[in-house]
Amino acid sequence: MSQSVLSVRNLSKSFGGLKAVSDVSFDLVKGELLAMIGPNGAGKTTCFNMLNGQLKADAGQVMLNGESILGFSPRKVWRKGVGRTFQITATYASMTVRENVQMALISHHRRTWDIWRPASGQHVEEAMDLLALVGMKEQAERAAAILAYGDLKRLELAIALAHAPELLLMDEPTAGMAPKERVRLMQLTADIVAERNISVLFTEHDMDVVFAHAHRIMVLNRGELIASGSVDEVRNDARVQEVYLGGGTLFEGQAHG
Amino acid sequence: MADTMLGLRDINTYYGKAHILHDLSFKVKTGEVVALLGRNGAGKTTTMRTIMQLARPRAGSVQFESQDITRWATHKVAQSGIGYVPEERRIFGDLTVMENLEVGRQPARDGLPVWTVEHLFELFPNLAERRNNRGKQMSGGEQQMLTIARTLMGNPKLLLLDEPSEGIAPVIVEQMAQTLLEIKAKGLTVLLSEQNLHFARIVADRAIIIESGSAVFDSTFEELETNPEIRDQYLSV
Amino acid sequence: MSFYFAQFLTGLSSASSLFLVACGLSLIFGVSRVVNFAHGSFYMLGAYVAYSLVQYVPGSILGFWGSVIAAALIVALVGVVVEILILKRIYNAPELYQLVATFGVVLVMQDAILLVFGGEDQFGPRAPGLDGVVRIFGEPIPEYDLLLIALGPIVLCGLWLLLNRTRWGVLVRAATLDREMVASLGVNQSWLFTTVFFLGSFLAGLGGALQVPRVSINLLMDLSIIAEAFVVVVIGGMGSIPGAFIAALLIGELNAFGVLVLPQATIVLAFVVMAVVLILRPYGLLGKPETLAHSAGQVELPIRPASTLAKSVAGLLLVGLVIMPFLAGEFAIVLATDVLIFALFAASLHFIMSNGGMVSFGHAAYFGLGAYGAAFVIKYAGGSMEIALLAAPLMAAAGALVFGWFCVRLSGVYMAMLTLAAAQIVWSTAFQWQDLTGGDDGLLGIWPSEWAKSKTAYYYLALVLCGGSILAMRRIIFSPFGYTLRGGRDNPNRTESIGINLRQHQWAGFVMAGMFAGIAGGVYVFSKGSIFPDEAAIPRSVDALVMVLLGGVQTLSGPVVGAGVFRLLEDEISRLDYWRAILGVIIISIVVIAPEGIAGFIRKIAMKAGFEHGEEASS
Repeated sequence: MSQSVLSVRNLSKSFGGLKAVSDVSFDLVKGELLAMIGPNGAGKTTCFNMLNGQLKADAGQVMLNGESILGFSPRKVWRKGVGRTFQITATYASMTVRENVQMALISHHRRTWDIWRPASGQHVEEAMDLLALVGMKEQAERAAAILAYGDLKRLELAIALAHAPELLLMDEPTAGMAPKERVRLMQLTADIVAERNISVLFTEHDMDVVFAHAHRIMVLNRGELIASGSVDEVRNDARVQEVYLGGGTLFEGQAHG
Repeated sequence: MADTMLGLRDINTYYGKAHILHDLSFKVKTGEVVALLGRNGAGKTTTMRTIMQLARPRAGSVQFESQDITRWATHKVAQSGIGYVPEERRIFGDLTVMENLEVGRQPARDGLPVWTVEHLFELFPNLAERRNNRGKQMSGGEQQMLTIARTLMGNPKLLLLDEPSEGIAPVIVEQMAQTLLEIKAKGLTVLLSEQNLHFARIVADRAIIIESGSAVFDSTFEELETNPEIRDQYLSV
Repeated sequence: MSFYFAQFLTGLSSASSLFLVACGLSLIFGVSRVVNFAHGSFYMLGAYVAYSLVQYVPGSILGFWGSVIAAALIVALVGVVVEILILKRIYNAPELYQLVATFGVVLVMQDAILLVFGGEDQFGPRAPGLDGVVRIFGEPIPEYDLLLIALGPIVLCGLWLLLNRTRWGVLVRAATLDREMVASLGVNQSWLFTTVFFLGSFLAGLGGALQVPRVSINLLMDLSIIAEAFVVVVIGGMGSIPGAFIAALLIGELNAFGVLVLPQATIVLAFVVMAVVLILRPYGLLGKPETLAHSAGQVELPIRPASTLAKSVAGLLLVGLVIMPFLAGEFAIVLATDVLIFALFAASLHFIMSNGGMVSFGHAAYFGLGAYGAAFVIKYAGGSMEIALLAAPLMAAAGALVFGWFCVRLSGVYMAMLTLAAAQIVWSTAFQWQDLTGGDDGLLGIWPSEWAKSKTAYYYLALVLCGGSILAMRRIIFSPFGYTLRGGRDNPNRTESIGINLRQHQWAGFVMAGMFAGIAGGVYVFSKGSIFPDEAAIPRSVDALVMVLLGGVQTLSGPVVGAGVFRLLEDEISRLDYWRAILGVIIISIVVIAPEGIAGFIRKIAMKAGFEHGEEASS
């Protein structure tokens, strides 16, 4: 596919003989929201960490806009235009909401070595614009440490958007949120993605979120890609029902939204 | 009516500034299996931690059998007969299966089945094969079994299980349900927290739904069936 | 050839002695995560008690061996008392607090031993039955050394069996991994820790008692053994007892043969080996990466530029400092100069430690390097004070550049230990390289230029340099660079994930802090007219930590307040007998009672508004 932003081929990783990810290949096109799902230990996080450079892959290829980024450090991956949000929110607790976003902007504009001008005066407007985008403008001066969980998630999104990424990696974006908040956050993400033509790869446990927002779904199990396709295709895939969504009586309720 | 084994009265627990449990009250009777339902962040884990006194309630009391165990040291709570299986399993990764079990060992209690390593290996045959493996070498499902077995080594009267089915392959979850039914048959009282309603319904006698740190529903599963609003409102199914 | 074999055996026997001390330290660290400075004091106490029992117990009922065991038991009980009274209260505090508190114990023990046993060096009797020599390949080997050589492996095996074959050992190992889970399974982990401390202290006491026939017993034993034991524990991997054994062998043999090759640099050698090991294996030979079991402590508030009130207070303080010489006598001016110097020293530590999250236990290295740098310019280059004061920060920054490169590769306790080792390298170089530094005699006659000769003129010079440096650091803290360091402390992952090379920034921050400490050292040397190796030694590093703690770790004005209070306090009590013990008690009290420090305490009252902190969710 010519317009694919991210192209992954035969990505593999083992830990001490255990195959965490084996031979995973997929493409992600511009403006697409691609969900990666599967049971715990299926290799989603390992996959993610290889894509963003935190983990070295054993084999395979990762191309971003036709350029190989495999083996790049997380920093370099970020500089290439890949943003990420964390499953467990990672913000600077001792800074205000605005300063959190400013830090990302300061880094983006390569100003971290400035030892003289006060940091709080840098890129204020840009930071406020980003906060407005995620609906956090009113909370700009609060300490990140005292934010509600849902707000932290939105702050993370603002931080991830600071360097105008082309690709966003979101690890369990709605984990730990109340159902209504989940829907709101994902709707917000979907709107921003559409507006800015960003591609998103996300992992998610909540099938409501996945089915409602993903354009396409991949299912991992024991490190292998066992299915991928549209929401309906994946939902009705017998193998997926067996290993993840559940086909037996135990989980019948899980799949209907 | 059997007598009350565990009673929480008007519990209020905080993490730092966050008020997690609000006037939470409920009871568990001897021999009963009760499921604590509610979505992520509703306060299920904090409830478990409060019972163990790993989180200290700022107000309210926890009654176990005839004693008020509020503000007891955690090890005293465990010694009094409450066995706790935490959500993240927390196996001692550098210790072998046998050693993990040894840490949990406590003397037998009157009127209760005594768990020995042999019994536990019957209940969890996978563990027997891996007895000399280290905890960290085991799969998620095996670790979950080990953490339950480790707690049973303390011969508890009351078992607290925090989300036993989470993140485990469905096949193993079915096994787990089977095992819990066996444990129940031995006369243990169990309080388990669950997000998976269907799993909970198989093993539990009664459901308590927690929302924002308070109990909003406390009745049978049949009652819950006939009450779809409650189900839809509080459980993210 | 036979000579080398004898040397090898000497190395083995000192390795055993070292192992006895180090294994207890490692055991205690492994379980409780406390870096116990007082371990060396327990060792020293063991030696004194054993000596006294042998010498003074009538009829020597206990005999030599009985005395050794009795001494170890007494030390073990003292260790238990320390654990129950002090450490139990601070197990969940950041490692800095624990280290400083145990250093308080070191000070108290020094004076207690001085009081009870006197200050004279003591020479113990030979061990009965083992007082001869054996000839091996014609070389005389003390029989007692052979006993020690055997004892190391015996203790190693004993500990291994204890930890792997008993229920106690299984519980201890489990507690090392997850204390909360152990408690949840009905184990009284508090009591378990006490037993571990008993055993660890027993081994320290035993190690000390067994030295009675070998070395002179003196009041310097504690810090010299603890530095070496730290090295062994860090090389072996903190918490690993077999690792400590291997490391002890390495260091023992290194000393035995190093003395033949480089007699001038034996102490340095050990620290160099440690640095090399840590580059290859950052967590020691058999160590494991630090688990994140340790809670990050309280959440900090965002820093804000000074309020109008705070600015007015600072302004008033500055005015006060400027007019002070007109109002006060010479003595007060000298004391105030001292306070300025130490305020800068403490602020430079605060800069990396509180703002950057890099705990340095060896900050005196850069103070000392600055001081020596300045002194060298005067002594050997015939330069002026002005040039010397330029050389001071450069020399310190150069040192920080080298040591910092290693240190920023690690974090937490490991980094702290490496900074300590770096400081010991500086100290031992200053101590052993007599031709250059004058060794213990120091370098004398380093006086300011003519215009700055008067106490008042020098005070103003210090005010400009130290005050200016402190303000500059404050400016940096609020700059993007300062924020980057603080971001690295708050959340290293986040920092890397927004494209920042954290390690590089930390390295630069480390060098800056070293440079500012060097300025303090430079100003210091001209105020005293001399420099001794002590200025780079452990107690000086601890001074800086105490000043920061005293002022409040989380408060920007803390180090200044802390330095002021500490210096004035020290000035008052150092005239008393047993001032060390008093200082020790004060230090311990601060850590246990008022961990937020003076400035933190004031701030807390000032903004009573709320922010109560309880137990944090830790999973």
